Amino acid sequence: MNTPLPPRPSPEPTVDSLPYWTGLREHRLCLQQCAACGTTRHYPRPLCATCFSSAVTWINAQGTGEVHSWTVAHHAFHPAFKSELPYTLVTVDLPEGVRILAPFRGDSADLRLGLPVRLIFEEILPELTLPAFIRG
Amino acid sequence: MPLHRQGVISGIGETAYSKLSRKSVLALHLEASLAAIADAGLHPTDIDGILPYGGVGVVAEDFITNFGLRDVRLSANTPLGGASPVAAVQTALAAVASGICRHVLIPIGRNGASGGRISTRLREMPQFRAQAEFELPMGAFAPAQIYAPMARRHMELYGTTSRHFAEIAVSTRDNALLNGNAMMTTPLTVEAHQSSRLIADPFHLYDCSLESDGGAAVIVSRADCARDLRQPLIEILGVAEGHPDSPSSITQRPDLIPIGLDKAAPRAFAMAGVTHKDIDVAEIYDCFTYVVLRQLEALGFCGLGEGGPFVASGAIRLKGALPINTHGGLLSQAHLVGMNHIVELVRQLRGTAGRAQVKEARIGLVTGYGDMGDGSIAILARA
Repeated sequence: MNTPLPPRPSPEPTVDSLPYWTGLREHRLCLQQCAACGTTRHYPRPLCATCFSSAVTWINAQGTGEVHSWTVAHHAFHPAFKSELPYTLVTVDLPEGVRILAPFRGDSADLRLGLPVRLIFEEILPELTLPAFIRG
Repeated sequence: MPLHRQGVISGIGETAYSKLSRKSVLALHLEASLAAIADAGLHPTDIDGILPYGGVGVVAEDFITNFGLRDVRLSANTPLGGASPVAAVQTALAAVASGICRHVLIPIGRNGASGGRISTRLREMPQFRAQAEFELPMGAFAPAQIYAPMARRHMELYGTTSRHFAEIAVSTRDNALLNGNAMMTTPLTVEAHQSSRLIADPFHLYDCSLESDGGAAVIVSRADCARDLRQPLIEILGVAEGHPDSPSSITQRPDLIPIGLDKAAPRAFAMAGVTHKDIDVAEIYDCFTYVVLRQLEALGFCGLGEGGPFVASGAIRLKGALPINTHGGLLSQAHLVGMNHIVELVRQLRGTAGRAQVKEARIGLVTGYGDMGDGSIAILARA
């Protein structure tokens, strides 16, 4: 009998991050913008580090970006990812002024700093949609 | 209150390092601590401050219970991951210099090989909360994966190569072969490094540190309480810790290259009143080869982006201009979270480092690096 794989790690949304996860399910990458001074921040958190306001509006990222760095995972540190090896993770500069780390769906040999990429959404589980990137 | 030369490292202790200790984590702490206390010429009840490494489930109370301590005056943690032990030296120094304590024990023990695996602990650590929520679901779990984009960016910006990383792995292995208490006992070649399997590109297997069972401990004593102890005085000339911007998310860091040590190193050198050419030996936290290379830049032994050519020059070899990780480090001796680096630096400065002894080593430094780039540094000297 096969031992069932442990479940893929899922996020545990907080009161600060719930709009982010809800937005992904609706295929929107939502970022916090300070309602007082306008600074965009990520990952979601309670306070603006520029003006210390807790007032937040949520904006939708436009879905473009440039590669800032990357890694290719060849070892599964969690058994749920073993079947996906090797997989590439890109660190992407968004034009909104923050970064995001997400899988890159494409040939990792194409990657270089500044490579334009485009956001896509991947429905992983009924309740979990994650961002990913393809060449722009 | 100036801390310069107000404290010394009076005792050091280690257990055997292995993949399978068959001992509890607490027993490893106690064994190493008793060795450090005996090394110093102290009695367990002389300990009046305890700074355990957080995160392995051992607390000051365990020492009070097992050593029958009656008058512990300070119990604290320095939660900086792999930078914790050296950061604890700063906290201990402040405690002895201010008169709170006389003899502060800094212990660690772990069953890092036979016990809990590194990758499963992420979610329970508050400093990794953002990582766990936003990047773990993408498949970024382990330090190798989290640090790899920093290394890749350094390579792309500055021309650093995997062969530069190999030089660090190979020279560190060569030193481990001289140690006698190192887990790795066979030579490593650049070719073997290059052909070892990829873990998280650009990191190959031999860019990654070991997982180890064992214990290690050091004792920081107030300078005037250590003069009659057993060992030569190893003075703490300078010490500092530093935290990177965006400490809990490397992805969101303004720049992926700077680390906490960039902030801490100039403060430690200023406090110590020494310059780089005074440093005879350095024990550099080596969870990954790239982390060593970047710290050499942060310490100022070479410029930003020049770490690759610096190590390729042979400088870090035992006979080089700046011998590093003379015990074999986390890469080839054992992963004791850098407590073994402090132990080794003290041995070097006492002149008891055996076959890896750097000739006439008098001033040296030790660094810590942890969580996502927290840094710590201590500059020590034989009095």
